[in-house]
Amino acid sequence: MPMREKALVMGPEDIVRVLKRIAHEILERNRGCQNLVFVGIQKRGIPLARRIADNIRSLEDREVPVGKLDITFYRDDIGKNIKSDIQITDIPFDIKDKDIILVDDVLFTGRTIRAALDAIIDMGRPRTIQLVVLIDRGHRELPIRADYVGKNIPTSLNEFIDVKVEETDGTDKVTICSNQ
Amino acid sequence: MLTGRNLIRASDLNEQEVGLVLKNADSFMEVLKRKVKKVPTLRGKTIANIFFEPSTRTRNSFELAAKRLSADLVNFSASSSALKKGESIMDTIETIISLKLNLLVVRHGHSGVMDFISGKVGIPLINAGDGKNQHPTQALLDTYTIKQKFGSLQGLKVALVGDFLNSRVARSNVEMFSRMGMEVIVVAPSMLLPEDYSVLGTDILSDIDQVIDQVDVLYMLRMQFERQNRRFYPSIREYNRFLGLDRKRLNNMKKDSVVMHPGPVNRGIEISEEVMDSRDSKDRILISNQVTHGVAVRMSLLYLILSQQEEP
Repeated sequence: MPMREKALVMGPEDIVRVLKRIAHEILERNRGCQNLVFVGIQKRGIPLARRIADNIRSLEDREVPVGKLDITFYRDDIGKNIKSDIQITDIPFDIKDKDIILVDDVLFTGRTIRAALDAIIDMGRPRTIQLVVLIDRGHRELPIRADYVGKNIPTSLNEFIDVKVEETDGTDKVTICSNQ
Repeated sequence: MLTGRNLIRASDLNEQEVGLVLKNADSFMEVLKRKVKKVPTLRGKTIANIFFEPSTRTRNSFELAAKRLSADLVNFSASSSALKKGESIMDTIETIISLKLNLLVVRHGHSGVMDFISGKVGIPLINAGDGKNQHPTQALLDTYTIKQKFGSLQGLKVALVGDFLNSRVARSNVEMFSRMGMEVIVVAPSMLLPEDYSVLGTDILSDIDQVIDQVDVLYMLRMQFERQNRRFYPSIREYNRFLGLDRKRLNNMKKDSVVMHPGPVNRGIEISEEVMDSRDSKDRILISNQVTHGVAVRMSLLYLILSQQEEP
């Protein structure tokens, strides 16, 4: 599908600042990081989760574990546009009674997050699950909201948000694009 | 990529497709290590296991794979169904079609019957073994087991040893191993080779000691006594002497090499009691890994065939 870049929403410095601010917010709300674990949603949620965990380490001098979650098995659109290429899930720590910080790049309909919640709950019973997203673009179809938002960007349905991160794409930026 | 497809022979999958099944199997292995070993991915799909021939591990493996993907499963087995009352294959298939299923897993004693069945049913079919012909999911799980052990398949030297005449595992494995870049050597005496063994397209030896110190994988085939209506080999002692794996031969193998067998093992024939039970060579005998991997590989296959398929 041909897509047109309409506007740059965040550059590299913006992303660095936002992830620092979110690290502070997480520490403030949870009164430290003793009980925290991070789970990034494949793919771009994982580098973002790592960076927030790194920020927390430099603030609190304490390592916070980061896991990877692929939600393909839990999607509700089986038979439509499931990717055949599944990413790995790797949560090498016990989540029982933990405060999970779930991280994704863009919050849109909320269906990915619904799937992620189901996947996590199948693995154990955390104390809380809190959601971090870099961008909230609206258009929710489920009663789901984020606890920590990098930036709210109202969009129309024929636009989409393109997030690029250094680790997977070689650059840090967020742009609004349109399908035309 | 595999949506709605049949898997009847190992060669139905190209290199890229085999690669995808194996890569996704890693994700299913992770599911099998969880506390709750079940994901809702194929909820609402119904799979039939139709076994005209006895089987324990393949049938159970498919059953577990289906259930761990939350699909529903019905079992038809020859010994406990109308097949025993004299129903024809075609009538059984008619019955199955009326049940509105999504996929069939079929095992049958006659080589080549799968094409006939799949032409009639109009839903995807996986061959779980047809006579002496093919057993493609065994080839997939064996390839996965080798890949898990060595990381890469390219250039590995594999010897398949034993009853080539009656073994469907042999046929599927030779095809898939070669396709994935492994060097395949067949070790079998002439009376246990098919008439036209040039179709195998590999080197053929009759004595295991000619290759035992060179191979990365020693794959022992099961003597198919149930399919041998006459004796193909003079004596078990002689089989043992030229083709059996004992402690001495195991010691002659390369340091990082491994032993595989599709099971069930005829102890004392293909592999000696001593090797089967030895503790120090436990991580070189991959037979139980093959069984575990079987579930993950079959989950991967069912997922790829069914997950993108719209209900009719």
